[in-house]
Amino acid sequence: MSSTIVSLPDQSTARLPKVSFMNKENGLLSWLLTGDHKRIAILYLISITFFFFIGGALAGLIRLELLTPQSDLMATDTYNKVFTMHGVIMIFFFLVPSVPATLGNFFIPLMIGAKDLALPKINLLSWYLYMAGGLLAIYTMATGGVDTGWTFTTPLSTHYVNTNVLTTGLAVFIAGFSSIFTGLNFIVTIHKMRCPGMTWFRMPLFVWAHYAASILMVLGTPVLAIAIVLVALERTIGIGIFDPTKGGDPLLFQHLFWFYSHPAVYIIILPGMGVISETISTFSRKRVFGYTAVAFSSVAIAVFGFFVWAHHMFIMGISNYSMLVFSLLTMLVAVPSSIKIFNWAFTLYKGSITFETPMLYTFGFMGLFTIGGLTGVFLGTSGTDIHLTETYFIVAHFHFVMVGGMLMAFLAGIHFWWPKMTGRMYPEKISQLAAVVTFIGFNLTFFPQFILGVLGMPRRYAAYPPEFQVLNVFSTAGATILGIGYLLPILYLTWSLKYGEIAGDNPWQATGLEWQTQSPPLTENFLITPIMDHEAYDYDWLDKQKEKEVTIVG
Amino acid sequence: MSHISPVIWQFLVKWMTTFALFPPEASKLAPQMDALLFFEILVSLIGLTLVILIVTTFCILYSKERHPVAVQIEGSTILEATWTIIPLGLFLVMFVWGALIYFRVYTPPANAMNIYVVGKQWMWKAEHPGGQHEINSLHIPTGQPVQLTLISQDVFHSFSIPAFRVKREAIPGRYTSVWFEATTPGTYHLFCTQYCGTSHSAMIGDIVVLTPDDYKKWLAGSTSGMSLAQNGERLFASLSCNACHNGKPDARGPNLANVYGSKLALSNGGSVLADDAYLRESILNPSQHITQGYAPIMPTYQGQISEEGIISLVEYIKNLNSDYRIQQTLNTTGLLPEGEGKTTTAMPGNAGAKAATQGMVKQ
Amino acid sequence: MSDSTVVAHAAPEHGHEEHPAYLRHHFENTAQQADAAGFAMWLFLLTEVMFFGGLFTAYLIYRNWYYPAFVEASHQLNVVWGTLNTAVLITSSFTMAMGVWCAEMRKQSGLVLCLILTFILGLGFLGIKTVEYKEKIEKHHVPGFHYSLKSFVDPQSDPEIYKEYHDKPLALDMARHTEVYFSLYFVMTGMHALHMIIGIAILGFMIFRARAGAYTAGHVTFVENFGLYWHFVDIVWIFLFPLLYLISRHQ
Repeated sequence: MSSTIVSLPDQSTARLPKVSFMNKENGLLSWLLTGDHKRIAILYLISITFFFFIGGALAGLIRLELLTPQSDLMATDTYNKVFTMHGVIMIFFFLVPSVPATLGNFFIPLMIGAKDLALPKINLLSWYLYMAGGLLAIYTMATGGVDTGWTFTTPLSTHYVNTNVLTTGLAVFIAGFSSIFTGLNFIVTIHKMRCPGMTWFRMPLFVWAHYAASILMVLGTPVLAIAIVLVALERTIGIGIFDPTKGGDPLLFQHLFWFYSHPAVYIIILPGMGVISETISTFSRKRVFGYTAVAFSSVAIAVFGFFVWAHHMFIMGISNYSMLVFSLLTMLVAVPSSIKIFNWAFTLYKGSITFETPMLYTFGFMGLFTIGGLTGVFLGTSGTDIHLTETYFIVAHFHFVMVGGMLMAFLAGIHFWWPKMTGRMYPEKISQLAAVVTFIGFNLTFFPQFILGVLGMPRRYAAYPPEFQVLNVFSTAGATILGIGYLLPILYLTWSLKYGEIAGDNPWQATGLEWQTQSPPLTENFLITPIMDHEAYDYDWLDKQKEKEVTIVG
Repeated sequence: MSHISPVIWQFLVKWMTTFALFPPEASKLAPQMDALLFFEILVSLIGLTLVILIVTTFCILYSKERHPVAVQIEGSTILEATWTIIPLGLFLVMFVWGALIYFRVYTPPANAMNIYVVGKQWMWKAEHPGGQHEINSLHIPTGQPVQLTLISQDVFHSFSIPAFRVKREAIPGRYTSVWFEATTPGTYHLFCTQYCGTSHSAMIGDIVVLTPDDYKKWLAGSTSGMSLAQNGERLFASLSCNACHNGKPDARGPNLANVYGSKLALSNGGSVLADDAYLRESILNPSQHITQGYAPIMPTYQGQISEEGIISLVEYIKNLNSDYRIQQTLNTTGLLPEGEGKTTTAMPGNAGAKAATQGMVKQ
Repeated sequence: MSDSTVVAHAAPEHGHEEHPAYLRHHFENTAQQADAAGFAMWLFLLTEVMFFGGLFTAYLIYRNWYYPAFVEASHQLNVVWGTLNTAVLITSSFTMAMGVWCAEMRKQSGLVLCLILTFILGLGFLGIKTVEYKEKIEKHHVPGFHYSLKSFVDPQSDPEIYKEYHDKPLALDMARHTEVYFSLYFVMTGMHALHMIIGIAILGFMIFRARAGAYTAGHVTFVENFGLYWHFVDIVWIFLFPLLYLISRHQ
């Protein structure tokens, strides 16, 4: 498909704007002490990428070990540390902050017509807390690591390992506050700082998705905090709250931990879904089908997401009646996600579709998230959960939704908003190649793991029976391809900073207030407060705008 | 299974197991579980195909070259209702079906043969009632429901038999149970599936399913001589349980004959079913549930007895249908020389300490 | 095809007489700024509710399971000190509320006085808590540090408390569960005390700023929102006190 909606200014005369948030002030301190949400977003983008590659390297080590059935690449203890740190870093230092802290931070004020988030200093504090937690996590790895699994199951984590449980717990605790403050900031901003005319139902769905995720961040994360505090006290002093010999109950930890960690996965995916709403609309030139349904389904996922945590505990001895409640609610929480998938699919109906890179990632998301989400239903069904839980089926399920879903959405968003954030376009052909390579690599890596799970291969195994080797080899081969797919964007996006084409204000002809400003935007976003006088995704309004515009370059 | 054509069913199962996509079906539950799995896979395939078809068709029909001007459509309530209700309906079918299977797996039949399993870092210890002990393996007969009563000595473990499609967590501090009925002789994988530390991947073993005759032979050949109940009786005496639970009318402790499975009235007004968990709790935390009519004087044995010891005691009490054996042990104790295995009249809070000093038998 | 739309005029210069100096530039007016700040503080307090909520949940479950142990363990707490602490905190909430009123009425000396009183009352609370903790330490009722069951298996060894409650001796296993009670006691009151310490530190900072007139020139947001925080910490104690101190005082 050779046609594209990209429309760039004449490259022979186009220049980046003289003044933008990037060059308004110079010097390291102007970045490290900034209150500008856009600069903070860039700080986050750089640090998140850094942690992603550490987590990815750990994943590479896991797949290398699993090439052979024996535990022969590294000591079993080391392997246990590797998968633990992979989980901790990827979840807390990559997935949870990825879209909200980078794209959310950058674009929520722009999208609602505000000059910044409500609490800029808290925003900066969020980043420092994130960095503190992240650096502490790296320190943990450097000084011996931790091998409890990212789930810190007691009594293993409290009484049976002598690795860096406390430092890792502290790192996660600190990062949790980063998340809470980000969510808090978003909620206040969305409630109190919408520009005139920007009613709730005129906001882009990206904002709705972040609102729902922020509710989860604010209400769920503190429970993780208290769970970590109790583990730390049990481990150091031995307060006995999870210790059966002292009258405590290890299952209490499971309840407290999963009360956060289940909503955490919705914290992770909802912002990604917000990105998909934006890209699918732009590249079909159409308002998202069923805007209200998609908006409400984000909130429904957030609300229902709080009441399903014990589906992680079906075989742990919860009562049959508990199981009924949580299994039923899990079925209910699956429905809004499927509503969204169909609404996005029908956004394509009678649209005018092009296939630029963000759209390729969007399609990848839709297919892979559908598979991941449906396999979640396998697990929410208590009967089949008995066979499938704690095996590679779980590993495949969550990688499909987190990596095939969320990471693809993140890359879609990065490519979609790259021209706005940097003023430059990324190179289209190589980015499309990277998207395809990533998709192929992903499927090859993780689909065999579903089969391994059904066959019964347990998770967190350094060594496995030989009959599982072929599937593991496929998986590792896929991981290599996937690695290449993720490396390419780093290279060409960095390249584009200097050599990319000048993008202009609105290279995608997209609706949304962020596209009505210069690229990169000014520090104060808007010189005059915008007034929202049209619906979201109003392409007719956009056409009228184009008729009236004045062309000034540079 | 009976609802699908047997031919298709056989084909599916054979295909799946030959191509190593499914583990062998070796229990009565396995086909039931697989039926639900097939249904879920089918629904997922249809759903995925539908989504892919819709997206691909629209992409072809409405690509920019073919359809340069987009038509703005707000939505369609009918479509929203359709793709809300149909998925919800399918998910609810899975919920009900799955719940039935779940209830089935965790509700053992009355005629199930019980085997105790203790998990510890990093091995599984199975204790048959007849006294056979196994490590990292479990011999069972076909055609007989087998219930496993699981507990962990240290951290969470999980007992998983993929070929039977069953799995259950072994938790420190309480019993969990699961049951199955094996159908096909053979050797199948046993895995620990809950990460438990360094040698988690080494905590694997074999489930050996034998025909009933072979099983009898195995039982006969691998017994240590003393059944669990006999060991329990030994502990019952040496821990001086028989001092209070001696079956006499004026006894300080309730009569334990036939207590297993009965409903007990408690001193706080409630009642409790005397199952394995209750028996274990009443040995370790007796003050929790005092039987009505008795004083709360039973000492706790926490720290003085291992999980295997508790299992032996539980098994002993389960099989107690008269006080004859208890009386025998008291008589025997009475015949022993002074100071050996004897307790004086137990004082509240003292008996535990006394038992501790009089040659505790810790297993 | 180029279609950049650049609104190319310079940012309007504005003198600072048009709006107060404390108006941050991303807000349209001070009303919006104050509104946003207040909303943010309420949200933050909601996160604190969730934080303490986990502890309250654990408490409710264990109290249900080990009621006799909880009763006898709570008899070890001194109701007089507890009630006094409650009165101290409620009074400090009153002085804090008065402080907020003074700030709104632009009464600087009144505000400083109220803040100092709140500060002193807060320290008083912590002082009383120190006395209580010290007693617990002396009697070896701190979980993990040579925790002693003596008072529970043999209540008469503790004459003062025995005189008041005539507790029956607990069986050894139930006595062991008193350690869970004290774990929850120390974690819950400890977390509460930590929040008090943070509050008192901020109060100290506020006293300095109030004396410089920072809060009595119309910009009361900081004092108001801190007042919310302080009231929240008070309310947590209002829940802690009956749950920990007042379990079945009259058998």
